[in-house]
Amino acid sequence: MDFAFTEEHEELRQTVRRFLADKSDEAAVRALMTTDRGYSDEVWTQMAEQMALQGMIVPEQYGGNGFGQVEVAIVMEEMGRSLLCAPYLSTAVFAVNALVEAGSEDARADILPKIAAGQSVATVAITEANGVWDVDAIETKAEQDGDAWRLTGTKAFVLDGHVADVILVAARTSDGVGLFRVEGGADNLTRTLSPTLDLTRKLATLELKGTHATRADGGGDQSAALRKAVDLTVVAITAEQVGGAQMCLDMSTDFAKTRLQFGRPIGSFQAIKHRCADMLVEVEFARSAAYHAAFRAAEDDPETALAVSMAKSYCSEAYFHVAAETIQVHGGMGFTWEHPAHLYFKRAKSTSALFGDPVEHRERVADQLAI
Amino acid sequence: MAHVEMTEEELRQRVRALLEEAHPDKVDQFTFRGKQFDHGLAMVHFPEGLGGLGLNPKMQAIVNDEIRKHAKTFYEDLNVNPIGIGMGAPVVLTHGTEEMKNTLIKRIFTGEDIWCQLFSEPGAGSDVAGLSSRAVRDGDDWVVNGQKVWTTLAHISKWGMLVSRTNPDVPKHKGMSYFLLDMEAPGVDVQPLYQITGEAEFNEVFLNDVRIPNERMLGEEGDGWKVAITTLMNERSALGGGSGRKGGGPVGILMNLWKNHQAAGRSAAAKAVLRDEITQLYIKSELLRLTSQRARAAAKQGNPGPEGSVGKLAQSELYKKVWECGQEVIGADSLVFEAGYELRRPAMEEKQDSLAYAKYQFLRSRANSIEGGTSEIMRNILGERVLGLPGEPRVDKDIAWKDVPRG
Ligand SMILES: Cc1cc2nc3c(=O)[nH]c(=O)nc-3n(C[C@H](O)[C@H](O)[C@H](O)COP(=O)(O)OP(=O)(O)OC[C@H]3O[C@@H](n4cnc5c(N)ncnc54)[C@H](O)[C@@H]3O)c2cc1C
Repeated sequence: MDFAFTEEHEELRQTVRRFLADKSDEAAVRALMTTDRGYSDEVWTQMAEQMALQGMIVPEQYGGNGFGQVEVAIVMEEMGRSLLCAPYLSTAVFAVNALVEAGSEDARADILPKIAAGQSVATVAITEANGVWDVDAIETKAEQDGDAWRLTGTKAFVLDGHVADVILVAARTSDGVGLFRVEGGADNLTRTLSPTLDLTRKLATLELKGTHATRADGGGDQSAALRKAVDLTVVAITAEQVGGAQMCLDMSTDFAKTRLQFGRPIGSFQAIKHRCADMLVEVEFARSAAYHAAFRAAEDDPETALAVSMAKSYCSEAYFHVAAETIQVHGGMGFTWEHPAHLYFKRAKSTSALFGDPVEHRERVADQLAI
Repeated sequence: MAHVEMTEEELRQRVRALLEEAHPDKVDQFTFRGKQFDHGLAMVHFPEGLGGLGLNPKMQAIVNDEIRKHAKTFYEDLNVNPIGIGMGAPVVLTHGTEEMKNTLIKRIFTGEDIWCQLFSEPGAGSDVAGLSSRAVRDGDDWVVNGQKVWTTLAHISKWGMLVSRTNPDVPKHKGMSYFLLDMEAPGVDVQPLYQITGEAEFNEVFLNDVRIPNERMLGEEGDGWKVAITTLMNERSALGGGSGRKGGGPVGILMNLWKNHQAAGRSAAAKAVLRDEITQLYIKSELLRLTSQRARAAAKQGNPGPEGSVGKLAQSELYKKVWECGQEVIGADSLVFEAGYELRRPAMEEKQDSLAYAKYQFLRSRANSIEGGTSEIMRNILGERVLGLPGEPRVDKDIAWKDVPRG
């Protein structure tokens, strides 16, 4: 059933929130976002050893917790709230989803335990320079070379691609699209860190020039499995968007209660109060959308793709609008580098553009509903 | 309040037993709904003997579903007696005497007595607590003078929920009392008030020396505002749940217009724009429905949050947009309004066809963000009660009602 949260869910949320309040406060975020690596090894290790967060959706036989999409959504919501700087989305969500959906037994057995133990940073590379997130647009080629493969092409917007030690690359073979494993330090691989709009999430461009790879799937065409892995990853992103949007609303209402102008709190002016009320409606709708998608995905419901696209479209726009309003509510302070509003504003925009923007997802919704 | 436990199957069995005794396809509305009331299947969350079984309110859906399964005729509460069932019955249950509960609630449910809400006045709408109709004590009676406005269904009502000022010398919230008014009493004069569609759903009600026996006061003298809040809360929670069904409600009709009544000859680019607009409205309609589902789930787990408060505002604003989009979809044909504007009482049967219904709703939906609390008032409530933002400076707070400026 949708929205059937349990006491264990609430406990998970509180534990993660406490951990992040301690390890990922604003000062920590600001310190990490200006580094090239973009995360702290120490916190990454603690996340695995103390909290077992990287293994949330790793199946138990590979050393994980074997939880589902609802639990990882709760974790991502909290990470979105605190703007955690870490390769969590790439490693613990995207790479795990790709391996669970499309990976061969060998690849899973080799990579998943290391992810769960916090000993690996992994990512998935699908999108290319044209910015299309669907596997149909893949041009990167994979050619067999004895037992191994050689990949040629350019992958763009690869999450944490500059630091990942395992890169799962989707490339075209004569049989369709396959999933290949490239080592982070491979020869004939150029990894370039992109200067990103959102400093808290790192992206890289990967140039593959006959780069050595091994097959990470069981062969054949993995298009459907990879599409599903992307959808499941989007579920987590929408939860992250809800966490960020809620944080923006909280900052705005707190400020509106304490900032005085014309002898009264600005929250007593309707222009501010009504903005906040509209933000509340958007946050609550976004929450319904993200949780609905998580519960559909957890049950492997045939309508998961529809729920995912509805959520990605709505949550992206809601988060962006709430973050933009947060700047306005804070006045000049909201426009400064010093205030965190811009960090959320940029994260909102970056999550909106990642994995298909609202217009693309609405196109998918319209197709599925035959509008 | 703890609810009585009952399995779904047992409840369905009770409905089937009711249908054995009285079937809506065979007997009239009053007879059927009377039996439904006696079986405790009218409003299942009401106490036994008063039309319910003390169950969780959401189990009413099971009853309705079972009736629909076995009968062609289904009487919707909203058509039978919207204000009586939505607000009258709860207020009598909460504040009425035993005698009122036993004599009034059943007739509300059957539709034998239609009810109306006499709150708004020409000088008191959003600020309903500022109302100026006066009730003065005279022996065992109260004598009421004043004017009410926007009173939906007053022209066919037997009972009115009336709030009037009983003490003008205290601050406004403290000087009102709540009465049950017999709409057939001498001095009650109901005049139609025509709306944007040409119909008169509502009325002006003039009260000239109307006598109300003291025992028809709900709550104590001066408690009018407290009692009125019960009514308003029930009204607002009734508005804002969205459709009960995926893709149902207004957006379902919009999608039907898109499939069957789309203006011919649009370019592919124009179609793409409209298609995206419809998709956005579909998503928001779904989220309205899911948010109310989430609110019910949270309430059931004893964890209610803000999700339960956003429905009225969100629904009002969304539905206006849905019907505006309907006009865009039908294009030039939106210039034609077949129903015409003859001034009259509402005629539901004209609205069966989806095209005519959409054209009608384009006009009717403008009221969504006014009736039951305007969107501005809802935003104030969300801002102040849910988010805890400070209120506005008040000029009418601690002074006697008679000294507050009005206009
Ligand atoms: C179809 C329909 C049916 C109705 N049925 C009934 C009924 O059966 N019984 C009944 O008692 N009433 C009924 N009403 C009346 C309804 O409750 C009032 O119309 C409503 O409360 C608004 O009051 P008003 O019309 O006096 O507008 P006003 O209160 O004068 O408002 C005018 C404008 O000012 C804004 N405004 C007012 N106060 C504030 C504020 N504090 N902050 C910001 N903006 C503000 C409003 O939002 C609105 O935009 C009905 C109304 C409609 C449209």
